Amino acid sequence: MSEAYAHPNYVKIWFWLVVLLLISVAGPMLEIPALTIITAFGIAVIKAFLVAANFMHLKFEKQIISFLLILALCLLGVFFFGVAPDIMMTDGDQWIDCIADKSCVEQRL
Amino acid sequence: MSMHGPIATHRSATGVPTGRLGTWWLLASEIFIFGGLIACFILFKLNGTPGFEDASLTSVTAGAVNTFVLLTSSLSIVLAHAAIEKGDQNKSFTYIWYTIGAGLVFLGIKTYEYTGKILHGHTITENLFWSFYYTMTGLHALHVIGGMVIMALISFDIRKGYNYQRVELIGIYWHFVDLIWIFLFPLLYIANF
Amino acid sequence: MSQAAAAVETGIHAEHHEDLNFLHKYILPLDHKIIAMQYIFTGMIMAIIGGYFAYAFRMQLAFPGELVPGYGLVGPGEYNMLVTNHGTIMIFWVAMPVLIAGFGNYLIPLMIGCDDMVFPRINRLSYQIFLVSALVLILSFFVKGGGFGGAWTAYPPLSSVAEYNLTDWGSSLWVLAVALEFISFLLGGINFVTTAMNARAPGMKMMDIPIAVWFIVIAVILFMASVGPLIAGAVMLFMDQRIGTTFFLPSGGGDPLLWEHLFWFFGHPEVYVVLLPTLGIVADIITVFSRKKLFGYKTVLYTAFATGGLSFVVWAHHQFIAGIDPRMANIFVVTTVLISIPLAEMMFSYIATLYGGSIELKTPMLWALSFLAAFLIGGVTGIYLGASALDVYFHDSYFVLAHFHYTFFPITIIGMFAALTFWFPKMFGRMMNETLGKIHFWGTFIPFNCIFLPLFFLGLAGQHRRIYNYQHFPDLATQELQNIRIFATVSLVVMLLFQLVFVYNFFVSMFKGEKAPDNPWRANTLEWSTSSPPPHGNFKKLPTVYRGAYEYSTPGREEDFWPQNVAPE
Repeated sequence: MSEAYAHPNYVKIWFWLVVLLLISVAGPMLEIPALTIITAFGIAVIKAFLVAANFMHLKFEKQIISFLLILALCLLGVFFFGVAPDIMMTDGDQWIDCIADKSCVEQRL
Repeated sequence: MSMHGPIATHRSATGVPTGRLGTWWLLASEIFIFGGLIACFILFKLNGTPGFEDASLTSVTAGAVNTFVLLTSSLSIVLAHAAIEKGDQNKSFTYIWYTIGAGLVFLGIKTYEYTGKILHGHTITENLFWSFYYTMTGLHALHVIGGMVIMALISFDIRKGYNYQRVELIGIYWHFVDLIWIFLFPLLYIANF
Repeated sequence: MSQAAAAVETGIHAEHHEDLNFLHKYILPLDHKIIAMQYIFTGMIMAIIGGYFAYAFRMQLAFPGELVPGYGLVGPGEYNMLVTNHGTIMIFWVAMPVLIAGFGNYLIPLMIGCDDMVFPRINRLSYQIFLVSALVLILSFFVKGGGFGGAWTAYPPLSSVAEYNLTDWGSSLWVLAVALEFISFLLGGINFVTTAMNARAPGMKMMDIPIAVWFIVIAVILFMASVGPLIAGAVMLFMDQRIGTTFFLPSGGGDPLLWEHLFWFFGHPEVYVVLLPTLGIVADIITVFSRKKLFGYKTVLYTAFATGGLSFVVWAHHQFIAGIDPRMANIFVVTTVLISIPLAEMMFSYIATLYGGSIELKTPMLWALSFLAAFLIGGVTGIYLGASALDVYFHDSYFVLAHFHYTFFPITIIGMFAALTFWFPKMFGRMMNETLGKIHFWGTFIPFNCIFLPLFFLGLAGQHRRIYNYQHFPDLATQELQNIRIFATVSLVVMLLFQLVFVYNFFVSMFKGEKAPDNPWRANTLEWSTSSPPPHGNFKKLPTVYRGAYEYSTPGREEDFWPQNVAPE
């Protein structure tokens, strides 16, 4: 059932993936947190893209599949940003920045 | 085209073969399962929940070797697909078993890591970081095991000369498992600040 | 499709659909129609359990502390278990299997003109997992400590700590059952979507697909996109219960609010997951019985897309008083009120379809019309609850309870009866008795309103949910309020008794009813072009589609319907 693709050079892709892996391992050795985030997650995204496009053949697949996956990621984003304000602020009483109120809460606890 | 199953299976109004479309839908729903878990992890981590500094205790070497193993297994399963497209059953069979072997190596390293951590007292209940660590890697390992079992079944099928298209389907699934690991690796091993 | 491809299809056809023995036909079927029946019958059995639970706890509310005939004494813990499992069963084990899995399975292949689902064995597997999940849930009622009683939303820490909920194994089995059920519908959903996308009959364009199929598919996509985080959450909750992790326990750094978000990120789209199939079924029924084209096919479809999209950004309106960030609450108020726009538009489309039609008030049509009326009340009262300021007062009161029963009852029960009475001739090859059908309809619809309309007033009077005996609250123990409770309970008993009429009608018609012709309602969609009931493989010759599904009363045609598969002259 599978139609013939113009195959990418799989070994070459694999080589680049391993190089990226080495960079992401080496990144934290410089001990710059900002750089670590970039090397760790930026490279993870690039690796993911390489795998998806070449090994999973998304490059050659009908666009509807890519659309589907992007939609899934967007919805995850909605979930993340909808939940974030609550989980990130566990101050007990989140919306009133009032000392009297806080002491009141503490008394009851 | 194999002649098994209902006609419905052999129709393709979208132009994407049915099996592949189904696989993609499966992966789309998997994105939400793993994505939900990873989102929860990131939320707790950004929130500075106590215990997340334990990320520095995970072994970067073991994680990196495991990443390498999985990347290589991705290469071998995609080569298995390329081989079966040319009709080379034996070559494809060999590549599938290389992939299963890589899966076993991955699980072996994982077991070694788990054992070491548990012996050091970092059990699943120690704090939230370790809860997430074991849950996420455990769920991922279950996917690895499942993939290996299905691969073994498929490898015998193609030797008998049918269901060639399934090599591509399990390949797509296996790459997805690889992708999840690509994100788990920096989350659990590298980003320890 | 070319001639050659059609020839190939005939070749496959001959190989696949042979005669089967009883075991393979009914116990381990691959035929989507039999699997659909398994889902529908399992769902109906679960509905009986859910209805029985409702009877038990309503009797306790009306006559507190007295023995309930056929049940016994309802204690506080048991009351919690009854309401929790009533909600769980009705949503996850009745609405989902009957409307989506059952009718989705039955209708999708028939309506798009193919011989089966694209993955018949996955279809069978998904039913088997579903059956296991139902058995696990039933098992949870009988373990030590009894069934889970922490409400169907299962908020931790109540649900995750055995010392709080006192149902150590009951709550774990409950989580396990729900998680299994999700897995089952994920597998089923993949099958549905793939079938509808890939296996359409030659000639069937996107805009020729009947609304019922469209809506079931949209619902399934909503389900697949929303349930993932909750599956992860169910795993986390299960580990909290059994292993002792603290994902949702503040004492160990976790956050109970996270579970609420995980739950409602699924829980709100879930409302639309069960609503959309019924809306689709109702669209098909009202066009057939008003002999008119559906007013604004594309509008209806696009409003469903809009509803689906918006349904992902309204979930936090269930948590207004849970201590969420009020800035987020503002956003969620706006989106919640917004979502009523596409739904109202859809309603107007349906009403416009009725306008000027030659309406036949057959039983399915009565159910469809009553759905529109009842759901309207449910929808309008929802707007009150969507406003965060009002919700502070209404939250967890009987107003909320009456509101969502005015949505879920029409969706689940009325939708189920509409679909069953409409497709009964196709499913079993016999007609149902019209008179009994109408008696059953009025005997259900009138008591339904008598149960839930009074509950709005109880809610406004300040009656809180999930309390097993209001006599402990002086303000709520007055005779006037108690009379309302008794009235609602008596109405419920009347309604339950009228279901016997349906059961009688259903089984007698199945075996002794008048033989049904292939197309008793003179409808257009493809399932009516094959014999009643359809053979294994559905069609003798797979149909080709020439037009949309709603060509009724086309000017210049002698007959007032124009089936999709009839070639133009």
